[in-house]
Amino acid sequence: MFELTPDEWTAIALSLRIAIVATFVSLPFGLAAAWVLARKDFWGKALLDGIIHLPLVLPPVVTGYLLLIWFGRRGPIGSFLEQTTGIVFSFRWTGAVLACGVMGFPLLVRAIRLSFEAIDKRLQDAASTLGANGFWVFLTVTLPLALPGVIAGMVLCFAKALGEFGATITFVSNIPGETRTISAAIYTLTQVPGGDAAAMRLVVVAIVLALAALVVSEYFARRAGMRYHGE
Amino acid sequence: MASDGLSVDVEKRLGAFSLSIRFDTTGGATALFGTSGAGKTSLVNMIAGLVKPDRGRITLGETLLFDSKKRVNVPAHRRRIGYVFQEGRLFPHLSVARNLDYGRWMNGLKGDSAERDRVVTLLNIGHLLDRRPGHLSGGERQRVAIGRSLLIQPRLLLLDEPLASLDRARKGEILPYLVRLRDEAHVPIVYVSHNPEEIRQLASEVVRIEQGRVAGIGGLEQLDAAPAG
Repeated sequence: MFELTPDEWTAIALSLRIAIVATFVSLPFGLAAAWVLARKDFWGKALLDGIIHLPLVLPPVVTGYLLLIWFGRRGPIGSFLEQTTGIVFSFRWTGAVLACGVMGFPLLVRAIRLSFEAIDKRLQDAASTLGANGFWVFLTVTLPLALPGVIAGMVLCFAKALGEFGATITFVSNIPGETRTISAAIYTLTQVPGGDAAAMRLVVVAIVLALAALVVSEYFARRAGMRYHGE
Repeated sequence: MASDGLSVDVEKRLGAFSLSIRFDTTGGATALFGTSGAGKTSLVNMIAGLVKPDRGRITLGETLLFDSKKRVNVPAHRRRIGYVFQEGRLFPHLSVARNLDYGRWMNGLKGDSAERDRVVTLLNIGHLLDRRPGHLSGGERQRVAIGRSLLIQPRLLLLDEPLASLDRARKGEILPYLVRLRDEAHVPIVYVSHNPEEIRQLASEVVRIEQGRVAGIGGLEQLDAAPAG
């Protein structure tokens, strides 16, 4: 029997919402960072690259703790944002979005940067001789040609966000309906007697979602790739 | 005619290679002739605004495009200079029709279907409009590239070895179009080539370039002064 309880549905819906929002909110920043890293040379580039990649190599609990210190209600950035925009991160689903976005960011930037670097710069030159300024070159040539890589990066970011556990639970805890994602729910279930069956159900859901994300991205990347090679 | 003339006086250091070139054209079809590696493409890139000279001055008719003393450097996208590259450089993600219309959108030109039809007919590319560049032969690709740069209503057309990537038969296929272009398009042309045969058919003025310097300026007799390319 495979029937999900309302609590499990809540965790699944929450996970999806957090992962989707985290991916799309990260995207503009990821595009900007990838473009700068791929096309510009400046002092401190290696440092920026390192900072972006840090969440990939740091223990997630460290990232989560740093987010708590900076973006918590009494943290310097957190209190500033609360006063100016009313956005609160700590112990909210928005905080989970932030944690997941930060953890997925290096994967997003990496994939997009590689696809930017793979684009023939001569096509961009051709566009500028035809009258396109930098912004239009990016929008009409660079971005469409990089689309397969952008999609791949988004899927990686989405998958990372969907599975994120350490940074999220450290930063925003494990509150049912607010920050208890699939991962947190599975963890919770494994800590209580008799939770194995429910944990197993969520494990199956996690596998299905991850596979679906891969299939969808493969489809779009293939379609985008075909358009350019005219097959 | 003088108002169409191109006047170039530039210097540029590229690694161990240095380029120092000065010439004026009267506005018809001018050939830049020289072996590969002589610096022709770098020179054309400077005229187009893709490469910045270290020093010098470039004017087209009355328009100042580059002047290192006055710190003028009109960016490529505002020079309105059509550039046909050796490899075509069509946008692979756009159909032929959209490639042709790209420059018109970017320059905010009004849709002029008569002008577009004229160019499409001149180059005989009407049957290709719905295709993607990946489906075109080398010769077709170059014709579309020529059409694309003509449709920005250029003040000057740069053709950098447009036939070099084609085999002999294809070259024969494109050359007549270039001759028609010269006679019908009323745009000054700078034609870069290492091939005297091509130049004989197209140009009357020849600027011979060797190792980053102007080795001679004149008529077609310049073609005989150099080792055959």
